Amino acid sequence: MPERSTYKTTTARRAPRDEGFVQDEQVILEGVDISGQWNKMYEPREIVDYDLTHLEELTAIPGAESMGWCYQCAQCIPACPVDTAGGDYGPRKIFRRLQTGMDLFDHQDMWLCTSCQNCVRVCPKEVDMVEIMPAARAQAVLDGRNVPGELLEMFQNVAEYGNPMGESARRRTRWTRKAGVDIRLLPKNPGPVDVLWFVGDYYAFHNRGVDAAQAMARVFSRLGVDFGILGVDERTDGDSQRLAGEPGLFEEVAEHNLEQFGKYEFGKIVVSGPHAYNAIKNEYPRVSHGKTGGDTYPVEHYTQFLAQQVDALAPLLSGSFARKVTFHDPCYLGRHNGEYDAPRRLLEAVPGIEFVEMYRCKAQGYCCGGGGGGMWLDGFAAEHQMERLSENRVKEAVEVGAEVLAVCCPYEVSRFEDAVKSTDNDGKLEVLDIIEILDACMEPIGEGVA
Amino acid sequence: MKIVVLMKRVPDLVEDLEVDGSGKALATEHLKLTVNEFDDHALEEGLLLKETSGGELTVVALDAADVDKMLFTALAKGADRVLKITGAANVEGNTGLAAVFEEVLSAQEHDLILTGVQAADDRDGQLGPIVAALLDVPCVEVVTQVEVGEPGEGMVTVHKEYSGGVVAELEISLPAVLGIQAARQSPRYAPVSKVRQIQQSATIETLAGAGESSGAAAGGGSGFSVVEMTAPETGAGAQMLAGVDELMAVLEAKGVV
Ligand code: SF4
Ligand code: SF4
Repeated sequence: MPERSTYKTTTARRAPRDEGFVQDEQVILEGVDISGQWNKMYEPREIVDYDLTHLEELTAIPGAESMGWCYQCAQCIPACPVDTAGGDYGPRKIFRRLQTGMDLFDHQDMWLCTSCQNCVRVCPKEVDMVEIMPAARAQAVLDGRNVPGELLEMFQNVAEYGNPMGESARRRTRWTRKAGVDIRLLPKNPGPVDVLWFVGDYYAFHNRGVDAAQAMARVFSRLGVDFGILGVDERTDGDSQRLAGEPGLFEEVAEHNLEQFGKYEFGKIVVSGPHAYNAIKNEYPRVSHGKTGGDTYPVEHYTQFLAQQVDALAPLLSGSFARKVTFHDPCYLGRHNGEYDAPRRLLEAVPGIEFVEMYRCKAQGYCCGGGGGGMWLDGFAAEHQMERLSENRVKEAVEVGAEVLAVCCPYEVSRFEDAVKSTDNDGKLEVLDIIEILDACMEPIGEGVA
Repeated sequence: MKIVVLMKRVPDLVEDLEVDGSGKALATEHLKLTVNEFDDHALEEGLLLKETSGGELTVVALDAADVDKMLFTALAKGADRVLKITGAANVEGNTGLAAVFEEVLSAQEHDLILTGVQAADDRDGQLGPIVAALLDVPCVEVVTQVEVGEPGEGMVTVHKEYSGGVVAELEISLPAVLGIQAARQSPRYAPVSKVRQIQQSATIETLAGAGESSGAAAGGGSGFSVVEMTAPETGAGAQMLAGVDELMAVLEAKGVV
């Protein structure tokens, strides 16, 4: 771990020329002419001590210490998607503002970070915004200090209904009715399964997410996957709530989900979303839920699960998808968890597809803006940025000539579809979940299949 | 000042409500209860009052599904005490409920009694007035703001909303009952970690309510009985018109133009 830098900052101010700044002095040293502005290293320096109260208040929060390590090299700024979208943002700028008196608890900077991790990738001082911001936000939520209303409403919904939309938990399985295949609801039909599919909120409730959920059920069925879902007993994975500053709520939903996992016999968990993947893989093991330690379950994102079976999958892809397709790496599958290949392997298996990368891809992928609570802060962000991150990304997809923007995160279909409209690219770019593309290339099955 | 907030849990309208076999009540099998949102505003206004003028805030609620969580949440928001009344689940309507609250209030110090002006299962908003009548204290309904201090000891100033955007400012002597329409700010959020922490340390005081006999004490039950409960009839639905020509045709057919 890098040593903590001291906060005392020294600023050198060049003295005006007429205040004794010596120019062009003739100096010969041991026979060598070293005339010039040699003595500018010795010009008068002015020491400025800032009031570091606000910076120190922040770095005293466990998890937020590394904010104080910044040495202003600025490598993080071009990496920050919020800055790129005109948000005047990034750890360097936040540190400097803190140093010069900004109270983060009273400033929009608290809520704009999407926890995309791109700055962490380039920072030589290991200033970790993915740790800092959730810790600082948790303090803000605990103290009730200027938390955006949209976030509080979302927290309230999760606390009351177990999902951010405030939908009735009973409607969590409504999408299954028109999937065209039988879906085993574990609470009604418990018995062992190979795969416990953690469906997620957007697949279960959002109208475009439902399309993807139904596609997934059909693809699993055609592949002969023995799977079941938690149905009405599933709750949100909690990752976004944790990142947005509600660790207690995260623990509550995590405990609930872990309790459900504990009821059934299954080989592995397959998730629809990168946040569920991140939570179950990296965060749930820390949640004790009444025991001494947490539970670790084998978990795979659906693209990983299917990519392993691509040999069995490929012969089922009888249709052709002759379109130019690009792919958006979700931050929490890619940068956070290192998976860049699985989604690409699935797309490459699609017959007729012409795949094209965007400029910012894989480890350098641009963020959709939905992480870290951003999903619920579009209105808030709009007041402080020139454009939405999703709009910036959609423009890039159009620029590389893609007709289809393929995604594999349940947050993204709705985000990018909105951005396609707001950037006047309606009709030029279609947003599809990879699972929808796979499903579209397979023989239709059953009733209700489009 | 001793502030008492009366709260109750009501059917959650996010769920599809169903009428049970008797045709006179809601089916309870899948019924989910939630806090009456007006009571939540009453609590918020009470907390704001406590923060500006000091005092002690007590929340009183009838036992119901998830009532403990609601009461711990109230503590996390800043309430000083919470009381749960058990054994009164079968009280009849507002008359019975008010009688149970009156009994509890008679044994508690109180200056200001706040409750929601109405509830999802009580659009008449009769709870506050009946409690006030039983206690023989004044009552103001549809209140949007409460201030202490101005008129002096033992008085509060309240804002009461009338239709058409008219607001009256009233001075009212304490003790009094106020039916809160909306607090000055939206009800605060209680962080779950705080609620969980309080759950470990705080206690909910439990009182046995007199149950059905209370209704009798208030004058023999609620005085009404449910004859039939049905979902509202759905109308014929809207007709979607494709353009101005169709609109004109409809207007002509109706003899408007
Ligand atoms: S990259 Fe790291 S050290 Fe450099 S300015 Fe950004 S936060 Fe500071
Ligand atoms: S995590 Fe992403 S959004 Fe947050 S400061 Fe770093 S680069 Fe910007």
